[in-house]
Amino acid sequence: MLKALQIEPEKCTGCLQCEMACSYENEGVFNPAKSRIKVFTFHDEGRFSPYTCTQCAEAWCLHACPVEAIVLNDLTGSKEVISDVCVGCKVCTIACPFGTVNYNHDTGTVIKCDLCGGDPACAKACPTDAITYVDADHTGLQRMRAHAALALPQ
Amino acid sequence: MAWTGSVLRVNLTEGRCERKPLNMLWARRYLGQRGLATKYLCEEIDPTVDPLSPENKMIMATGPLTGTMASTGGRYSVITKSPLTGAIACSNSGGFIGAEIKNAGWDMIIFEGRAPTPVYLYLENEQAELLPADAIWGRSVWETDEWLHRQHQNPLLRIAAVGRAAEQGCLYAGIINDLHRAAGRSGVGTVMASKNLKAVAVRGTLGVGNIKDPAAFIKATEAGKKVLADGAVTGQGLPEYGTQVLMNVINEVGAMPTRNMREVQFEGAGKISGEAMHEPRPSDGKPNLVTNAACFGCTIACGRISTIDRGHFTIEHKPEYWGASGGLEFEAAWALGSDIGVDDLDALTYANFLCNEDGFDPISFGSTLAAAMELYELGLIGKDETGGIELRFGSAEALTTTAELTARGEGFGKMLGLGSKRLCEHYGRPDLSMTVKGQEFPAYDPRGIQGMGLTYATSNRGACHLRSYTVSSEVLGIPEKTDPLVTEGKAAMVKAFQDATAAVDSAGLCVFTTFAWTLADIAPQIAAACEGDWSVENLVETGERIWNLERQFNMAAGLTGKDDTLPKRLLKEAAKTGPAKGRVNDLEKMLPEYYQLRGWTTDGIPSKETLDRLGL
Repeated sequence: MLKALQIEPEKCTGCLQCEMACSYENEGVFNPAKSRIKVFTFHDEGRFSPYTCTQCAEAWCLHACPVEAIVLNDLTGSKEVISDVCVGCKVCTIACPFGTVNYNHDTGTVIKCDLCGGDPACAKACPTDAITYVDADHTGLQRMRAHAALALPQ
Repeated sequence: MAWTGSVLRVNLTEGRCERKPLNMLWARRYLGQRGLATKYLCEEIDPTVDPLSPENKMIMATGPLTGTMASTGGRYSVITKSPLTGAIACSNSGGFIGAEIKNAGWDMIIFEGRAPTPVYLYLENEQAELLPADAIWGRSVWETDEWLHRQHQNPLLRIAAVGRAAEQGCLYAGIINDLHRAAGRSGVGTVMASKNLKAVAVRGTLGVGNIKDPAAFIKATEAGKKVLADGAVTGQGLPEYGTQVLMNVINEVGAMPTRNMREVQFEGAGKISGEAMHEPRPSDGKPNLVTNAACFGCTIACGRISTIDRGHFTIEHKPEYWGASGGLEFEAAWALGSDIGVDDLDALTYANFLCNEDGFDPISFGSTLAAAMELYELGLIGKDETGGIELRFGSAEALTTTAELTARGEGFGKMLGLGSKRLCEHYGRPDLSMTVKGQEFPAYDPRGIQGMGLTYATSNRGACHLRSYTVSSEVLGIPEKTDPLVTEGKAAMVKAFQDATAAVDSAGLCVFTTFAWTLADIAPQIAAACEGDWSVENLVETGERIWNLERQFNMAAGLTGKDDTLPKRLLKEAAKTGPAKGRVNDLEKMLPEYYQLRGWTTDGIPSKETLDRLGL
């Protein structure tokens, strides 16, 4: 079964455990600045929203890469950056409509979410289940359930 | 190693920023944050120094676990000599800037001297510079925050700043970070403003990568998070109601200081409680509380994000306050509520917004206003002095108007900004000031919770609940239930809590974790991250060392055992209602035993044997 990250912003408290887990998994350091997932705070509304790559089926980043440094992982469905091949041209960062591919000036390559090879650290670290790793074909299940409850006869 | 090993020394007089190595010998003995910065302060300033002179220093310090995945590992403290108390000040704050300083590669920032003209510190990893702050001097914290983000074209900057209250000399001005988190107590913001330092803007992208044993650290921190998630207070009470979970509880045990502590129960508590913040209001059907929110790395998330009713008289014509911001914590709700007899939740939330917007401590402000209201009632303050404001207990208008004036240091707000002790002395009734060592009380009446009387009397920074929160045992039963009306055993409990709390603070963790964690949960996390012996026993001893060092500073600053006392009202006037009816605080039954357990003389001076044992 193909799985995907499911993000439910209403459960997020903005603690950044996901950002630390991501940077630690990928860079060996607790460092939100190097996280592939970002939590955004909308202060005036009192809302938080984690956001990262949704692993597009037709991935703009992958198609835009001139050196084929972004490849599909058949097992997880993620689009992964082969950093040895990446030349840091940043065309993918322009191509991605969502801004989830970003340049890392320390390495001269781009970084993006690769679902940690099928065991995403952010989902494991989230204390409120705002980020979960679920059946990719049913990421709307929780929301459907909530609305189904509303449709029950009173 | 988890310490970065770097201290940023900022000489404001000369406009110079320098990197210095952290004294690792001291780090092994004082851990970090509160303890380690206290050691630096004690070594570097004369304790008799005028707190608002250039000779005082101000240290912003992180702990070894700040910036790591340890739950709540985002705390930082500001350590300096307090202008409110003349004692040591150590104000702890959450939010995100502590972790950002650490991520930029610094354990602490030591500010020295005074800048000739207003400046702010811009810190981006190893790059540190002082930049002109003329454009933001005279502006609020919120305006400063917005200006700095725009000026540097960087939404990711984390900012701590002082507001107009600090600039105008309010003696309990705080330093606000991330818009609504505060190093709030003892006037640390006043010290910052006295140095012509308006703000600190930080961007750190280096991270924390030098954990001693990463695998053991991940294991220990995961175990710790599970304990917090399973704890009734940390897993349910605090996320749901915040610290406001306490409002009804404390009122029921008869320890809710009301109307300048004349009474111990407030008839309007239910209207300003955590539960009330969840109630939909009639006007728009929305509750006061928008969401709970976490500080950096915190898996508890007790923070409150609130809105004020747009039709409320305070903001009806002020759309700038229509959005959400930091809501009421229990301490603010008590001080801005029951202590002045006001039960208007929206008025309290508005006053709390103002405290954040212009950086002043809601506890000290509310308590000072309460004293002023009693003086007004007695006819000792007249309407001519208040600028026409009727300072009546229960008046929401009096609260919000005086909060506006105190925020800007105008009119009667200037007088309120001096704090309860100076206000009551000015009007000839020092006995009406509900303070210890010049600092106003927090929200627990020590007639109803006896251990808190000893906590307040002996706190090194003046009346404070965060130095030994015996409420945990006496009311909540954590780690075990004791009777709040009994004094027996409280001296030992206060000492144990004081020492443990000093260690928790110094690690860079939040003291609220101790509603579920003991030092046995914390020690493995520190030990996995840091070199040295960080067993439970050594943490207790480190805490005791820190406590005695703070005490030594205070003694050298001119305080004595005579300052370890409570206002006459709490020692002589019995509680009128509730479970503690007829009781006063029996401090004299606890204090001698406490001195003895501490290894201090009967005058409260640390003995030579004690100091030798702790290596002081």
